[in-house]
Amino acid sequence: MSKKRFVAAILLSVLALASLVGCSGSKNQLKLFSWDSYYPEEVLKAFEEEFDAKIVYDKYPSNEDAIAKLRAGGGQYDIVVPSTYAVQMMIKEGLLQPIDLAKIPNIKNIEPEFMNQKHDPGNKYSAPYMWGTYGIAYNAKYVKKAPEKWADLLNPEYKGRIVAVDDGREVMGIGLQALGYSRNVTDPAKLKEAQEWLKPLMPNIKAWDSDNPKAMLISGDAWLGLIWNGDGALAMNENPDIRYVLPKDGGGLWMDSFVVPKGAPNLELAHKFIDFMLRPEIGAKAGVAYPYGMANAEAKKLLPEKVRNNAASYPPKESLKKAEYVEDLGDAAALFDKAFTELKAGK
Amino acid sequence: MAAPLRRVSAPPPEPPAPITPGPIRYLLDLLRPRPALRKWLMAGPVGLWLLLFQGVPLVLILVMSFASRTGTGAIKYDFTVDNYVRFAEPLYLSILVKSIAVALGVTLIALLVGYPLAYFIATQPPEKRTLWLFLVIVPFWTSMLIRTYGWIFLLRGNGLINNVLMGLGLTDQPLNLLHTQGAAMLGLVYMLLPFMVLPIYTSVEKLDGSLIRAAYDLGARPVRTFFSVVMPLTMPGVAAGSVLVMIPSIGLFYVADLLGGAKTVLIGNLIQNQFRQANDWPFGSAVSVILAALTMVLIFLYVRSGGKEEDLL
Repeated sequence: MSKKRFVAAILLSVLALASLVGCSGSKNQLKLFSWDSYYPEEVLKAFEEEFDAKIVYDKYPSNEDAIAKLRAGGGQYDIVVPSTYAVQMMIKEGLLQPIDLAKIPNIKNIEPEFMNQKHDPGNKYSAPYMWGTYGIAYNAKYVKKAPEKWADLLNPEYKGRIVAVDDGREVMGIGLQALGYSRNVTDPAKLKEAQEWLKPLMPNIKAWDSDNPKAMLISGDAWLGLIWNGDGALAMNENPDIRYVLPKDGGGLWMDSFVVPKGAPNLELAHKFIDFMLRPEIGAKAGVAYPYGMANAEAKKLLPEKVRNNAASYPPKESLKKAEYVEDLGDAAALFDKAFTELKAGK
Repeated sequence: MAAPLRRVSAPPPEPPAPITPGPIRYLLDLLRPRPALRKWLMAGPVGLWLLLFQGVPLVLILVMSFASRTGTGAIKYDFTVDNYVRFAEPLYLSILVKSIAVALGVTLIALLVGYPLAYFIATQPPEKRTLWLFLVIVPFWTSMLIRTYGWIFLLRGNGLINNVLMGLGLTDQPLNLLHTQGAAMLGLVYMLLPFMVLPIYTSVEKLDGSLIRAAYDLGARPVRTFFSVVMPLTMPGVAAGSVLVMIPSIGLFYVADLLGGAKTVLIGNLIQNQFRQANDWPFGSAVSVILAALTMVLIFLYVRSGGKEEDLL
C-alpha cells in the first residue's frame, strides 16, 4: 500500500509543478506594472487580440513601491509607468533600458510641451502617457471667494476644513512657491522658511488623506482640498458645487510615462504596446474613462467636449505658467521629509 | 490489594478503536524508536516557518538598520550607526514619547472599560458565559481595517451618530467627531479591548469565591474586599491584558491615520512613512529595531514583576 501511495504522491507533486510551470511563458506575454485604474478593459483586450498576446497586469500604489520592486529584480516586467521624478531616479540607478523611438511612430502624437523634459532629456527612456496637476479644490457653497494664491489657504475661517494629500513634497512645495521659490530647491534655509510659512496652515488641516481625499470634499466635511486633479475632477462630477483651480503663484504638475525596465523579457512587444497606447483612438478611450489629461494631442482632439472642458482635467493654459513638476532631489529628499514630519508633529 | 481485584471478573478492556493508519500516523509509528528525530519532524515545519518568515526578515531589518541610503533611496550596505544617532534628535524622541503616552492612555481606558466587563462575564452562569465570550470575540471575524472604515461611517459629518443627534434636535450642526485625537483613541480602545477582557476574565474565573466570602465574614465592605482581595488576585490578568493592549497600540498606524486624520505622527506612522514615502528604508529599519527593543523591555519588566509568559498567549 505504502509503495503505491508513495508513487501516487510523487506523481501528484510532479503534476502540480508542471501546471505551475505551464502558467508562464505559454504565448506572447506582456507584463505590465502600473497604477490601478489606468487602462480601460476594452483597450487591453484590443491589444491582446491584435497582437495575439496576453497582458499580465500588476499594480502598485506609489512610485516608491514601483522603484523598490524594480530594484529587487525588475527583469520580470516589460512596461512600467512611473511619474517624472521616479523616471529620473530609475535612470540614475540604471534600472531602465533606452527605448527605440523609431519603433514608436505614434510618439509624434504627443504634444511638444510634454516631450524632452528635464526628467528625461530627448526621451531616451520614456514616452508620456497622462499628466495632471496638484492644486486647490473648493466647495463654492462654503468658500465664497475663490482661492487665487496659496496664501488664501491661511484664512482662519477655514479652521479644520482642509483635506490634503499626505505628501511631503507637495505640501512643502506650497510654502516654497508662496515665498517665490521653486518647489525643487535644496537649500535648507529656504526649506526652513517654507516650514515657518506653513505653520499657520496646520490648524486648518482637517485630515491628511492620500487614498480618498475626495470623499470628504463631496460630503462637505471638508471645504477645501489640496489634491491631485484626478480626485478633483471626480469630486466635481459628484458634487456640482466643487471647483478646481491652480493658484496664481504656483501649483504642481505630474506626468506618467511608459518606460522599459532593464532585462524586460519581451522588448519587442513592449515597444508595440507603447505605440498602441499612443494611437489617437486608443488614447481617447483612456482619456474618457479616466479624469487625467492626455499628453497625446491627437487623442485629446477626439475627446468629447465635456471631457476636454473639465477644468480639473485640462486647466486653462495660462494657469499652468508657474506650475512645476516634482523633480528628484537626491539627498535633499530627506530634508523635505524631516521638515514635513516636524510640521505634523507641531514643531 | 492486588488479589481481590483479580477476582472481580472485569470484562477485558475494549481494544481502542482502530485508527485508520494514515500516512502521517504510519510515519510517526516508524519513528517511535527514534524520539529525537520524531521531535524534530513534529516541531520542524513550524520552526522552519518561523525561521524563514519571522527570523530571516528580522535579521534583514537589523542588518538594514546599519546601512545607509543613496541619493535615490537605494540601500548602501556600509556599516553605520547614523540611523540610531538620528533617532536621538528631539523630533523623533518627542514622537516616541507621544506614542508611549497615547499607548498608556489607550491601555488605561481599555482597563477601566475591560475590567468590569470581564468581571461581569466571569460571574455569569457558565452557559451564559460562553455567549458573552463569543460576543467579545465575534468582531475578530472581520478585518481590523474594515472595522476602522466602519467607524468612519459612524463618526463622519453626515454619519450615523451625527444624523441621529441632529434628528433628535440635540445639535443643529454636525459635531466634529472624525479626525480627532479622541477618535483615534476610541478606535484603538475598540480594536484592542478583547485583548484586555480575555486575560482578566481568566483571572477572575480562577478566583476562589470562598476568599470573597471570608473577607465579608471578617467584616470587609465590598470596596475593601475588592481592593484587598479581588484586585491582588486578578493582577496577573490585568498585567497580561495591559501588555497585550499596550504593545500593539504603539504600532497600529492605520487607525491613527484613518480616524485621527494622520495629524499626529506616532512611531508606527513614522516607520510606515520611511518605507512608503520617504524612501529611507535604513532609518525605518532602525526605528523598527528600537520599537522591537522597547517591546522586549516591556515584556522583560512584565516577567520580572512575576507575570507568566503563558498568560500572554
